[in-house]
Amino acid sequence: MAQPTELKGRDLIAYRTARFFNDGDVVNLGIGMPTKCLDYLPEGIDVWVDTENGAIGLAGPPKAGEPVDKDVCDAAGNPSTLRVGACCFDSFTSFGYIRGGHVDISVLGAYEVDQEGNLANWMVPGKTAAGMGGAMDLVAGAKKVIVMTEHCDKQGNPKILKKCKLPLTAAGEVDIIVTELCVLERTEEGLVLKELAPGVTVEEVLSKTDAELIIPEEIGSMI
Amino acid sequence: MPKDKVVSLEVAMEKIHDGISILIPGFVNVGVPETLIKGIIAKGCKDLEIISNNTSVKGRGIGLLVHENRIKHITCSHIGSNTETVEKVVKGELSVTFVPQGTLCERVRAGGAGLGGILTPVGIGTPIAEGKPVIEVDGKQYLLEKPIRADVALIHAWKADRMGNVVYRRTARNFNQVFATAADWVIVEAEHIVEVGELDPDEIMTPGALVDAVVQAERSDD
Repeated sequence: MAQPTELKGRDLIAYRTARFFNDGDVVNLGIGMPTKCLDYLPEGIDVWVDTENGAIGLAGPPKAGEPVDKDVCDAAGNPSTLRVGACCFDSFTSFGYIRGGHVDISVLGAYEVDQEGNLANWMVPGKTAAGMGGAMDLVAGAKKVIVMTEHCDKQGNPKILKKCKLPLTAAGEVDIIVTELCVLERTEEGLVLKELAPGVTVEEVLSKTDAELIIPEEIGSMI
Repeated sequence: MPKDKVVSLEVAMEKIHDGISILIPGFVNVGVPETLIKGIIAKGCKDLEIISNNTSVKGRGIGLLVHENRIKHITCSHIGSNTETVEKVVKGELSVTFVPQGTLCERVRAGGAGLGGILTPVGIGTPIAEGKPVIEVDGKQYLLEKPIRADVALIHAWKADRMGNVVYRRTARNFNQVFATAADWVIVEAEHIVEVGELDPDEIMTPGALVDAVVQAERSDD
């Protein structure tokens, strides 16, 4: 693995996000970038991966040569495996577990996220029509919601806004935002700039953020 | 003597007609009753009201019903795993209502459990809340979501005995267990059909009393 200080982009985001995990946490990782967190688990931290289709203790795709179990899949429907100690259950139990606040951390991506903790990540009217899947339940139910996202979209527009414009996934539920530039934490007072990536200045973050940020006297480093 | 509910696929299709509502479980294409869906295709039924979590993948499972234009309306949480469904929805050829996955599950549970609906915090402040009553309980807001039932449920089991007692396997259980409770006619396809008494009463996940017919599933080890 590269030295943490060499990490950039999505790898840096995944590295930092994984450092919010506590040993033994049950975590639900959204499809795509969030699953990357498992590549960067800190030493001594073991987490149990919840998958909303009905298991806790997913262990990733079968390795080359390992048999594929047609009855075990991840939240994207791809073949997966179960670790020793895993359990399987039906969707009712799964979403009771999620909605009931038993998932320690839910990690998801974002189209937009705002300073009130609102998240939009399921629909762009006229463009995407895939449906929300389990995202609304996860964001509303998990104990802690971490959004990991590139700071700006592909056109360079800020994704961290004063107010989301797209249809919401959930209102007021986001706790932490991790980007390749910084870590933001939502407090009662507003979004606080907690940490900066190496070489990134407060001014750069402010210039690429639409939301109002609280800048404390001391700002930590993501690495 | 316990009633033997094992029938042929053709006999199991007797209650499937044009325009009926059908609960079809599965997550992407795991735990999907593919044999029974092929039975619907073969019988030619159309204008179906489907309630499912998603639409499998292109060319498999519920994706076959999409491909053959047999669906009038679908209620589900996600269609992204099937590119053909997305195309048809974008073109306006298929009507869809999206429901959050956990809410879908609870609404069907309510339908099967004699409840008048559920109160859920999921969807508050989102487009899902539009037009729905918001009820405050102890200072927290909840959406009233109504129960869902259907004419028929199609179920995919790992094992079933001849009375229809069912055991599911791994993540193929998903929506099967809840969907089996909420239809007037419940058809189970089982990978393994066993004799009555072979299943331990404690391992049975869906009681045979809920099941009307049992069909041998094609082995889906591909």
